Amino acid sequence: MTQPDLSTTYLGLHLDSPLVPSASPLSRNVDTIKQLAEHGAAAVVLNSLFEEQITMESHLLDHYLATTAESSWEAQTYYPEPDEYVLHPEQYLEHVRRAKEAVDIPIIASLNGVSAGGWIRYAKLIAEAGADALELNIYYVPTNPFVSSAEIEQNTIDLARQVKESVTIPVAVKLSPFYTNVAGIAHQLAMAEVDGLVLFNRFNQPDFDLEALDVVIRPLISHDGDGEALRLPLRWIAILHEMVPIDIAATGGVHTAQDALKLLMAGANVTMMASALLLRGPAYLRTVRADLLAWLEEHEYESVSQLRGSMSRHKVAEPAAFERAHYVRTVGTFTMPIPAP
Amino acid sequence: MAEERYVMIDGNEAAATVAHRLSEVIAIYPITPSSTMGELADQWSADRKPNIWGSIPHVIEMQSEGGAAGTIHGALQTGALATTFTASQGLLLMIPNLYKIAGELTSTVFHVAARAIAAQGLSIFGDHSDVMAARQTGWALLSSGSVQEAQDLALIAHAATLKARVPFIHFFDGFRTSHEVMKIVPLDNDDLQALIDGDLVRAHRQRALSPERPVMRGTAQNPDTYFQSRETVNPYYLACPGIVQEAMDRFAARTGRQYQLFDYVGAPDAERVIVIMGSGGETVEETVLALHAAGEKVGVLRVRLFRPFASERLVAALPATTQAIAVLDRTKEPGSAGEPLYQDVVAAISEAIAGDAAPFATFPKIVGGRYGLASKEFTPGMVRAVFANLAEQRPKNHFTVGITDDLTHTSLPFDPTFSVEPAGTVRCLFWGLGADGTVGANKNSIKIIGEDTDLFAQGYFVYDSKKSGSMTISHLRFGPAPIRAPYLISEADFIACHQFNFLERHDVLATARDGGTFLLNSPHNAATVWDHLPRPVQETIITKHLHFYVINGTRVARETGMGARINTIMQTCFFALSGVLPHDEAIAAIKQAIAKTYGKRGESVVQMNYAAVDQTLANLEQMSVPDHVSSNDQLIAPVPAAAPNFVQRVTAEMIAGRGDQLPVSVLPADGSYPTGTTQWEKRNLALEIPEWDPSICIQCGKCVMVCPHAVIREKVYDPACLDGAPEGFLSTPAKWREFPDLLYTLQVSPEDCTGCALCFEVCPVKDKRNSRRKAVNMVPQAPRREVEAANWDFFFNHLPEVDRSRLTFSSVKDSQLLQPLFEFSGACSGCGETPYLKLLSQLFGDRAMIANATGCSSIYGGNLPTTPWTHNREGRGPAWSNSLFEDNAEFGLGFRLTIDKQTEYANELLHRLRDAIGADLADSLRAGTTADETTIYQQRQRIDQLKERLTAVDSADARDLLSLADLLVRRSIWIVGGDGWAYDIGYGGLDHVLASGRNVNILVLDTEVYSNTGGQMSKATPRGAVAKFAAAGKQLPKKDLALLATEYGNVYVARIAMGANDTQTVRAFMEAEAYDGPSLIIAYSHCIAHGYDLRHGLDQQKKAVLSGHWPLFRYDPRLLDQGKHPFQLDCKAPSIPLSDYLYAEMRYRMLTQSNPTEAQRLLKLAQEDVQARWKRYERLAQSDAPATTAAGAGQ
Repeated sequence: MTQPDLSTTYLGLHLDSPLVPSASPLSRNVDTIKQLAEHGAAAVVLNSLFEEQITMESHLLDHYLATTAESSWEAQTYYPEPDEYVLHPEQYLEHVRRAKEAVDIPIIASLNGVSAGGWIRYAKLIAEAGADALELNIYYVPTNPFVSSAEIEQNTIDLARQVKESVTIPVAVKLSPFYTNVAGIAHQLAMAEVDGLVLFNRFNQPDFDLEALDVVIRPLISHDGDGEALRLPLRWIAILHEMVPIDIAATGGVHTAQDALKLLMAGANVTMMASALLLRGPAYLRTVRADLLAWLEEHEYESVSQLRGSMSRHKVAEPAAFERAHYVRTVGTFTMPIPAP
Repeated sequence: MAEERYVMIDGNEAAATVAHRLSEVIAIYPITPSSTMGELADQWSADRKPNIWGSIPHVIEMQSEGGAAGTIHGALQTGALATTFTASQGLLLMIPNLYKIAGELTSTVFHVAARAIAAQGLSIFGDHSDVMAARQTGWALLSSGSVQEAQDLALIAHAATLKARVPFIHFFDGFRTSHEVMKIVPLDNDDLQALIDGDLVRAHRQRALSPERPVMRGTAQNPDTYFQSRETVNPYYLACPGIVQEAMDRFAARTGRQYQLFDYVGAPDAERVIVIMGSGGETVEETVLALHAAGEKVGVLRVRLFRPFASERLVAALPATTQAIAVLDRTKEPGSAGEPLYQDVVAAISEAIAGDAAPFATFPKIVGGRYGLASKEFTPGMVRAVFANLAEQRPKNHFTVGITDDLTHTSLPFDPTFSVEPAGTVRCLFWGLGADGTVGANKNSIKIIGEDTDLFAQGYFVYDSKKSGSMTISHLRFGPAPIRAPYLISEADFIACHQFNFLERHDVLATARDGGTFLLNSPHNAATVWDHLPRPVQETIITKHLHFYVINGTRVARETGMGARINTIMQTCFFALSGVLPHDEAIAAIKQAIAKTYGKRGESVVQMNYAAVDQTLANLEQMSVPDHVSSNDQLIAPVPAAAPNFVQRVTAEMIAGRGDQLPVSVLPADGSYPTGTTQWEKRNLALEIPEWDPSICIQCGKCVMVCPHAVIREKVYDPACLDGAPEGFLSTPAKWREFPDLLYTLQVSPEDCTGCALCFEVCPVKDKRNSRRKAVNMVPQAPRREVEAANWDFFFNHLPEVDRSRLTFSSVKDSQLLQPLFEFSGACSGCGETPYLKLLSQLFGDRAMIANATGCSSIYGGNLPTTPWTHNREGRGPAWSNSLFEDNAEFGLGFRLTIDKQTEYANELLHRLRDAIGADLADSLRAGTTADETTIYQQRQRIDQLKERLTAVDSADARDLLSLADLLVRRSIWIVGGDGWAYDIGYGGLDHVLASGRNVNILVLDTEVYSNTGGQMSKATPRGAVAKFAAAGKQLPKKDLALLATEYGNVYVARIAMGANDTQTVRAFMEAEAYDGPSLIIAYSHCIAHGYDLRHGLDQQKKAVLSGHWPLFRYDPRLLDQGKHPFQLDCKAPSIPLSDYLYAEMRYRMLTQSNPTEAQRLLKLAQEDVQARWKRYERLAQSDAPATTAAGAGQ
């Protein structure tokens, strides 16, 4: 029997497999990107370019150069000033270029903007730098009680449309799950001719250090067997598949081939991984790929496309399982653990 | 000739741009005010700017100026075109090599920003003391008097040396020329090519040492030939002046700017002539022109080539009508027959007259005078005074001008208001704060005027001596006529005060001209500002008919994201009010300058500045000045009335900016000043100060320990002491088991605090109801100022200090009850060095002697007007001195030797006088140990008794013992300095002192960079950090000085970081002092040069340790006696990535922004360094104790 075909398409890109490392510290380094490619990544999403960071870096540089200067006879400055800096976005664009040169697989850049002007400007620059596609990382925690959800959603949609109109490369939008109607915003983004959705963005949630009484920010890492992380994208991908005409990347909680299979069956075009690769290193991609192949062979699947969406909301025996009623059932089947003696 | 192109640059850049383009090898070492030349050369090479032969000069930083001179000597001997830049003590360190280089007839030019030499005190300012100390070395000395000349004569020197084979020192006045920004015509590469003869370059190369044609140089010579050999060079020196003049003539042919060896200007039939060199020549020249125009027969002879001294040319350049000559020297040679230039002129004219070669009818009167030492102002009024002196029948000789000498009456009186500045020159003064960007904006403004208009322009910038809250005054001149005026503005058309509170203390408008303009950055608008002005300000505005404008620049800055920087806003106002450019052109030019200055830092920075410009003019208001004063507020006195007499008479005048007016007689003759003077300054810098919450305070003392300025303190005391306490004075029961009935107070000095917030950051307590609040919280200063000042006065002056004998010094909590004898320094807000010095002063201050290397710690420690080193109520405190930069370890060893010898002699005398003073007392004094505070106290009691008995004994021995009795209490010797000293320039000495085995304590305040001179790389700079001279990131790891010192085996070594482990810090100090041998403490000191908000300094110290960058350890040779290994690690294995520590600091982040790939490479290597070092340390700590004991520990 021939080996099952792992290829898939995402954002119009033909990919060897659905295994795509998502935006993470791994893709900050070109050497690691090379390793990811060598170990079977079908594409790589680069770490995000944050407009806020660009502004902050510029201002920090300016602040420390300026406020330490011209205050003393002997030390009129404290730092050498090079002829030029390679600040962001140039540094990021260079990273895109170098990543493109280093590997043959598609490079998907990621952008988190603040201002409408910033989103468009940086999207164009990223496209010019040679990225194969662009992921818009909608990473925003609204805290203003006087702005309505509708306003925020409309901004997101307008922005996606504007970016889409200003570049020729495919554009995906990475959303958070915190929408009253995920299907609604997904639909509107599809109408705005966005090429794909990345579901979901997992914000770094603050934590407390009880001894120091400090707020601590730790990266949110999912762990193998952490079903919780997986189930949120699983539900929504299953719901959105075929409902909204748009490619979908699943991200969050993918650690094993089984995890990937579930999301593909729900309807994802690609499954993205970060935590598993951060924990186990780029070579782990080989394991997942091998396991994926083995499972497909064992279960006599010809290809990934064969199973893609096969367990979406429209194709399961119990579509209601994805809806609210499901909550009741889950609780109903929940077994109390027996306390240890 | 093509139309002239102009640039606005300073003297350092003018000289360096020529030197860099004409060199292959450049060895550098930072020293004020010449550091900029080295920095520029390094930066240009880093930016791959080539010399005129298309090749990029190699630039290397050395460990000292002596090292730089040696390196250049080697480079020259092997045929390179080589140069260096230096000043002052740096030039002195080069002198041995100067003789060699000249003796070997080697072509080179050293560029010197001439500066004073440390004598009774150090001075960074300009005069000719340094070059005069090199005048006997056989080097040609070529003097520039202006920025234009600093460039032009640099080229002439490089051209002439190749032909003359005499090496050249090209010098110009430190600060006045090196830092003055002036409009000059630049020299392009073609100009340089035209003057430099390629054949001579190749001839220089041909003379190089080479194994292809071996010779030997540097022989040792016997009495038979040394003398004759010295005479072999005569033809070269005889030819040299002619060669220089020829180069000057060729230069003139190309550029139109003609120089002479001796430039005469003035009446062709002058009777009175001043001879002078340097920037003072500019002042004399412009005054001569004015006086001559008014009919006076006066002239000036400006000396360009001082060595070889061309006597005949000098005489020939003087008018035959000359009857009286004043030779002005910018140096002092105590005990001489006269200063050097004076003596040379006298000799030249005497020889000419004796040889019948003089043009004069009679022997002119010749007098010599000193002027301008250490950048003392030299003005047209002083020049006129010198000419007036020459008109006297018996002119005063060996005079001084510019000061009031009421001691030996050398000074000439002068009229400070006399002005010769051309009509049409606009003079502007700007009062700013260091951090507000005033100087930077003014540099931009003067550049705009100089380069974008036909006007001539000049900028000079004055700073005070403080590193925190320093005041700056910018002096800008521009006008249609060329500007000379190398002196400060004494009458201003425009005065801007960028900080409202300056008006409270400074006579900001003293120099305003009648009808001038006054621009004030004010929190009050035009309608309300008047009543907020002090009375003298109101009076001046009215009587001088000033046009008065206000803007709330601080608000505009805040609203446009500029923070505290009001520079762009005030600059826009200046252009609007000065009318130097049409409005739209001015705005466009400002924006262009913004784009040029800030563009590379990112678009958003540019946009922020643009926004500030755009919002400025709408906020600028003119106030219609009332005709009457409304305020009764007088200026705040520089010091309070309670200050001691010397502080009132002398220190206060310096603080008030009137030090120039102090007469000679009030100043100490030997440079000894009283300590404890910063307490009178009350600088009121803090916007926010800490407020104590006694209800949650655990009295741990950490805030007291970290306070860089000793402004937050604690005391425990008997409740009865609270009698007379101000209402609301806070206290709470003391949390010490030993002090069950005492009260505790934590008090801040609101007017001395700089608001750094380190106390808040270190406080370990959090309010259980509101985690943001701690036991100390930052609150606005202004509303608390009066109340807390009264509390502080009671706390400081009335509450008793704690009995030292009741405290356990090695505990952090107890140690912070000890009175700091280092307080309120001018160090940077949040300084990481000063907490260590303060701790030293608390633990040992009343018996400490401190040798302090030159650097930050000697500047905030000893730069006049005040000193933070102080004394306790018994009058005891650290005795402090600074010798040099390079010799500090040796200097401190000298302290030790004296103490050891004289203590020995005192004990001998005790023995001799045993019967006279009583055997019991003598024996107990000899036996008395002074290891702790109780025994020290007892010994001091015995010494008092001894002194009393000795007064009754009439013998030389008794008088001797009386003079030495205090030595019977153990002294604590501390040798203190920064990493530039310890790792680089002073390393040889430090190493020798460690090897001496003598009982000294060495404290290295390691900021990993030359902080005082502006952040140049030292061998303490870590791999991957960006510093000046390491613009591309330091390539090699930091030297492990601590580990090196452990190799001696008999040296106590500790590497500490107060922010990471304060207990280890206190222990290290105690152990170092207790160890009877050499001790070395290397203290991590966060610094403004690291590039982050220093309120997080302690966090960074923690991260430095957690990441393994700064492993804490102690090496105590005494542990060998206990069978233990002396090496003890005081921290755990690295637990965070190095990048977590590094990238919180701009010195590392900068490289990721200028060269990301290189940053990644160096980070990887630095991380490997960390791992490797940790492994080595672990092995050391875990290894068994060596079998042998420490040889020669102690004495």
